[in-house]
Amino acid sequence: MLFKELVIEKLKNQFSDSIVEVTDFRDDLSVLIKKEKIVEAAMFLKNDTDLQFTMCKDVTAIDWATRKKRFTVVYHIFSLKDNFNLRIKANLDDEPWQIESVTSVWPGANWYERETYDMYGIVFVNHPDLRRMYMPEGFQYHPLRKDFPVLGIPDSLPLPKVIK
Amino acid sequence: MEQKSNVYTDDKLYKRLLADKDITIDDALENEMVINMGPQHPATHGVLRLVLRLDGETVLSVVPELGYLHRGYEKMAEDMSYIEYIPHTDRLDYTATLCNNVAYVLAVEKLLGIEAPKRAQYIRMMVAELSRIAAHMVAIGTYAMDVGAVTMVMWTFREREKIQEIFDKLAGARFTTSYTRIGGVGADADSDVLKMVKDFLDQFHASLDEMDKLLLGNRIFIERLEGVGVISKDDAVALGLTGPNLRSAGVEYDVRRAKPYLFYNEIDFKIPTYAEGDCLARYFIRGDEVRESVKILYQILDKMPQGDVMANNPKHVFPHKAEIYSKMEELIHDFMIINYGINPPVGDVYFSAENPKGELGFYIVSNGTGHPWKMKIRSPSFCNLQAIPKICKGAMISDVIAIIGSLDPVMGEADK
Amino acid sequence: MGLEAKLNKDGFITTTIDAIIAWARKSSVWPMPMGISCCAIEMISAADPKYDLARFGSEVMRFTPRQCDLMIVAGTVTYKMAQVVRRIYDQMPEPKWVIAMGACTSSGGMYRSYNVVQGIDQFLPVDVYTAGCPPRPENLINAVMTIQQKISKTKARDFQDIPLLDLETAKN
Repeated sequence: MLFKELVIEKLKNQFSDSIVEVTDFRDDLSVLIKKEKIVEAAMFLKNDTDLQFTMCKDVTAIDWATRKKRFTVVYHIFSLKDNFNLRIKANLDDEPWQIESVTSVWPGANWYERETYDMYGIVFVNHPDLRRMYMPEGFQYHPLRKDFPVLGIPDSLPLPKVIK
Repeated sequence: MEQKSNVYTDDKLYKRLLADKDITIDDALENEMVINMGPQHPATHGVLRLVLRLDGETVLSVVPELGYLHRGYEKMAEDMSYIEYIPHTDRLDYTATLCNNVAYVLAVEKLLGIEAPKRAQYIRMMVAELSRIAAHMVAIGTYAMDVGAVTMVMWTFREREKIQEIFDKLAGARFTTSYTRIGGVGADADSDVLKMVKDFLDQFHASLDEMDKLLLGNRIFIERLEGVGVISKDDAVALGLTGPNLRSAGVEYDVRRAKPYLFYNEIDFKIPTYAEGDCLARYFIRGDEVRESVKILYQILDKMPQGDVMANNPKHVFPHKAEIYSKMEELIHDFMIINYGINPPVGDVYFSAENPKGELGFYIVSNGTGHPWKMKIRSPSFCNLQAIPKICKGAMISDVIAIIGSLDPVMGEADK
Repeated sequence: MGLEAKLNKDGFITTTIDAIIAWARKSSVWPMPMGISCCAIEMISAADPKYDLARFGSEVMRFTPRQCDLMIVAGTVTYKMAQVVRRIYDQMPEPKWVIAMGACTSSGGMYRSYNVVQGIDQFLPVDVYTAGCPPRPENLINAVMTIQQKISKTKARDFQDIPLLDLETAKN
C-alpha cells in the first residue's frame, strides 16, 4: 500500500465525520478538516507509529476575500518515515477569526503561527507567545489581508524626523 | 589613590556600591541583566536582533526579534505576474541567488504541469550547485570571522569571486542573476562557461584544503566550537530545522535525495551527516557539502546533454526573442504572456528544494489568473532561527556569536 | 617626486589649513558598514582581495558608529529599521557623510510595498547615491571616490556650527 493511501485510510478511520474533503492536485495530498478537530488530528498524525508526521514545515493562511468562510489555515507537515508531505487545511467560518494552536504538538509551528497572526490577524488560541512577528507591536493592520493596500496605509508607520 | 593596590577586593567594591544610593548590592550582584544585541551588530549576519537575559556570563533566555528586513514579499507577489516575480526571488537568500531562482521556477512549473528540456535542467542543477558553493563560502568565511579568524573571509571571498565571474558570463549579472525562466533558463551555457566551471573546480580542491588546514590546525577555533550549542536529533526535528543544521544533528534528510527534483536521481552523491549537533559539526558539514557539490558538478559537466534550453510551450513559455521579431504567431504569444500572464490551472502546490540554508518551499495558490492568489515562502533561515532560544539557553554569552554563525541565517529570507 | 622633492629643494611648503585638513580627511575615511541586506555582501566583496577598497584608504570598517565618518547604507531600509539607522547616524561624530548604496536605499527600488521606506533621503542627508541592485563593487568604490572629492572641497568653517553629537535625538 502506498503511503498516501495509508494516510487517507487512517485519517478516514479516525476522523470519519470531520474530514470534509481530500484532494490530490499535482501529487500533493491535501486534507480539509473541521477546525475544531485540528489539534486532535495533529496529535494523531504525529503520534501514530505508521505515520509519524514529526515535522511541521509551515503554517500559513489564505484570505479568500469574498467567500463567506474568509480564511483557510494551511499546515504543511512532513513525515521523515516516508519523506511524505501532507497538507492540512481548516476553514475558519466566522468572526472572531481564531483556531486552536498546534504549538503543543509541533514546537516548530510557534513562529509560523505568530507570523500568520501578524499577517492575517488570525488568533491562535493557547499559543504560548502570540505576538507580532515582523511588524512593530503598535501596528494596527494585518498586511496580507486582501483589503490592505500593497503600498500600505499612509502614516501608519512613523519615520524619524528629517535632518535639515 | 590608595585604592589602586586593592581596588578589586570585595570590601572596597561593597563600599563603593553602598555609596551610590540607587544601587543596592542585590541589584548589582544578584540580579539578572538584560542585554540587547543587534539589529546592527557585526555577528548577527544582517539585521537580527536578540534580547538576552544574562546571569553573569550565562545566558538564561534569548528572545529573537525579526522584521527589520520585512519587505512584504508575499504581498507583492499577489500583485505581479509569475514571471515578474523571478527577480524578487534573487533577494530572498541573497548569498545563493540562483538556488532561489531554480526553486521558484520549479514550483511554478509544477503548478503549470510543464517540464523544462533536459539541458536546461542540467544547467539549472549546475548553477544551483555553484550557488551552493558560493553560499557556503560566505557562511564559512563569516562564521570563522565571527569567532576570530579574519583571514578566512578573505580566502572564501576570493573563491566566491571566481564563481561570480562565471555567473557574470552566464547570466549577465554577477550577483542578482534572475537567470532561470519558466520553462527553461535565460541563456544557454556555452563552451566558455563550461570551461570556466571546469577550471574553477580543478583549482578549488587545493584552496579548500588550504582553508581546512588554516582552521582545523587552530586549537582556538576547535575549542571555541566543540561541544558548544548542541541540539539533539529530536529537538532539531521538532523545531523544524532543515538543511545542514538538521543533518549535523544526525538526521539524514536532504530534499535532493528525499524528493529528487531536476536530475538529482541520476547523480551519485553522499549526504554528509554528523551525530554531534554542535557548532563544530555545523562547520564540518558545510565543508563536506562543498566537497559533495564539487563531485556533483564534475558529474554534471560529464553528463551535460545537448539541446534546447527553453521548452516549446507557447501558452506558458516565452518564445525566443529572434522569433518574436520575425514571426506573427510568436509575437502574439509573447503579447499574451506579458499582458495576461501564464494562467495556470486553479489549485495549490507546494514545492520545496534544497537550498544551502535548508529547505526552501513555495506554496502557491492559483485562481486561474496571471497573478498568484497567494504565495507563501517557506524560508529555511526563519525556521532555523527558531532554534536559537533552545540552543542558547545555558550557553556563555560569547557562544551566542558562534551559535548564530553556525546556524547561518540570512535575514533576507527569514524576514521576507 | 611630489612632496619629498619639493621639501628637498625649499625645505617648506605653503598651503592652507583647510587644504591640509581636507586632504588628510579624504584619505582616511572610516566607513560604517550599515549592512542590511543584499548590498552588504557586495560591500564585503568591495573590501575583498579582488576589488580591495584599501587602495582608496577606506578599508577600516568599524561596526561602532563612534569611530566612523562615512555611513554606507547597504540594503533595503524598512520602517522598523529606519529608526535604527537614524539612531546610529546620530551617534556618528561630525563631520559625516552618507552613501545610499543601491536602488532600495536611493528610492525604494523594486520594493513598492507597505514596509519599505521609499528612499532614505526622507530621514537622512544623503551625499552620494549609487545605482544598481546591488551595485557592483566598482560602483561602490566609485561612490567612495566621489565622497573623497566632496571632502577635498570642504573647509573647516563648514562644520563650525554643528554640535559634535546631537544628544537629544541620540537619547530617543
